[in-house]
Amino acid sequence: MWRYRELLPVAGEPTVGRQVGFTPLVKADRLAKRLGIRELWIKNDAVNYPTLSFKDRVVSVALSRSKELGFKTVACASTGNLANSVAAQAASAGLEAYVFIPADLEQGKVLNSLVYGANVIGIKGHYDEVNRLCAEIAGKYGWAFVNVNMRPYYAEGSKSMGYEIAEQLGWRAPQHTVIPMASGSLLTKIHKSYQEFAKLGLISESRWRIHGAQATGCSPISVAQKAGLDFFKPVKPNTIAKSLAIGTPADGFYSLRVMKETGGHADDVTDDEIREGIKLLAECEGIFAETAGGVTVGVAKKLIAAGKIPAGDSAVLCITGNGLKTLDAVVGHCGETREIKPSLREFEALLDSDFKLAARS
Amino acid sequence: MPVKVRIPTPLRKLTNEAELVEVAVGTIGSAIGELQAKYPGIKERLVDDSGGVRRFVNVYVNEEDIRFLENLDTKLKDGDEVSIIPAIAGG
Repeated sequence: MWRYRELLPVAGEPTVGRQVGFTPLVKADRLAKRLGIRELWIKNDAVNYPTLSFKDRVVSVALSRSKELGFKTVACASTGNLANSVAAQAASAGLEAYVFIPADLEQGKVLNSLVYGANVIGIKGHYDEVNRLCAEIAGKYGWAFVNVNMRPYYAEGSKSMGYEIAEQLGWRAPQHTVIPMASGSLLTKIHKSYQEFAKLGLISESRWRIHGAQATGCSPISVAQKAGLDFFKPVKPNTIAKSLAIGTPADGFYSLRVMKETGGHADDVTDDEIREGIKLLAECEGIFAETAGGVTVGVAKKLIAAGKIPAGDSAVLCITGNGLKTLDAVVGHCGETREIKPSLREFEALLDSDFKLAARS
Repeated sequence: MPVKVRIPTPLRKLTNEAELVEVAVGTIGSAIGELQAKYPGIKERLVDDSGGVRRFVNVYVNEEDIRFLENLDTKLKDGDEVSIIPAIAGG
């Protein structure tokens, strides 16, 4: 991502996370067919370096800038992915890290912060309460909270995902981009990245549509968008998409404005639809996304079915995190292993019953 | 026992750097009025022209967002703690 250094807010050369980004943009023909759209692409940040989510981008910028400003301790309020990235990149940069998370996060996300030796503080409450506490802590201690006092630098890092999409498409902006919304920051910054490329003359498009995806159990922005409002009502989150469980989204207002200005839409999907979205992406494209990815696929399906993304158009889905971190959400929903003895006879019996089943259907 | 109000860093210039100030029991609305009398200029930082709490200001009573309570009409009783937090964080 640092090929776009001139467009990112650091003064000198980046010092943290130089290898982050430039994840694959995958042409998803099989999924396109299933969703009923002419052309579909997956921007796959599930394989971002080093911690398998788009947060590696924002943390790389925030920590490079934190070092320039002389901070020794870095911190964050997180729904999991951000904590993983702060913990890992702080370790590699030799910085002390305090990461604050809701205490009920998925085991995978908790361990993925602890392993780097970060101070992991579980807060008994949901993300909005973690966030409030961190705003108070940030006011009291001289730490670089990547998404509180360092947030302007951090947020700009998200633009790199949009720059890459445009470059990988052959220097053009996609007609439609579907983006999961937690705080809404990523959505606004992908829009900004296309605007900057247009202004610089790197792409010739002046129109693109930005669509937002949420989980029904935490959908303050999509509910407001569907009602045509320019403000949202805060909610108490209750969804398996814990990475998107922000009931008081800091960039909700701006996200609504971007969707309105670009002619985009928002929608939300239930927990079952999220699991279905995860499986659909995995079975069609071999990509295992976390719950937020299930949200994005599920919402894209709805928007295409409703004609809000026309079937003859081309769309990019932003997959922001890796399914291996949210196994809890899909355990028991993906079928089961069939066990046999190490015997050819038993295997042939199994295969035989499969053929009979296939013949019947 | 009066109501305690926690002032965020960006507003402490108005409260002579005080982090915790006290107001009488009443409502969030009356508390903001009282703060304005003691620390002129603070009200316009918290409330917009239409009289509502600004979009980028979150106000909590005992850790609950007042938008889940009764907004400016939320009652304040002895010992309650009010937190004012700028909504610039998160994600």
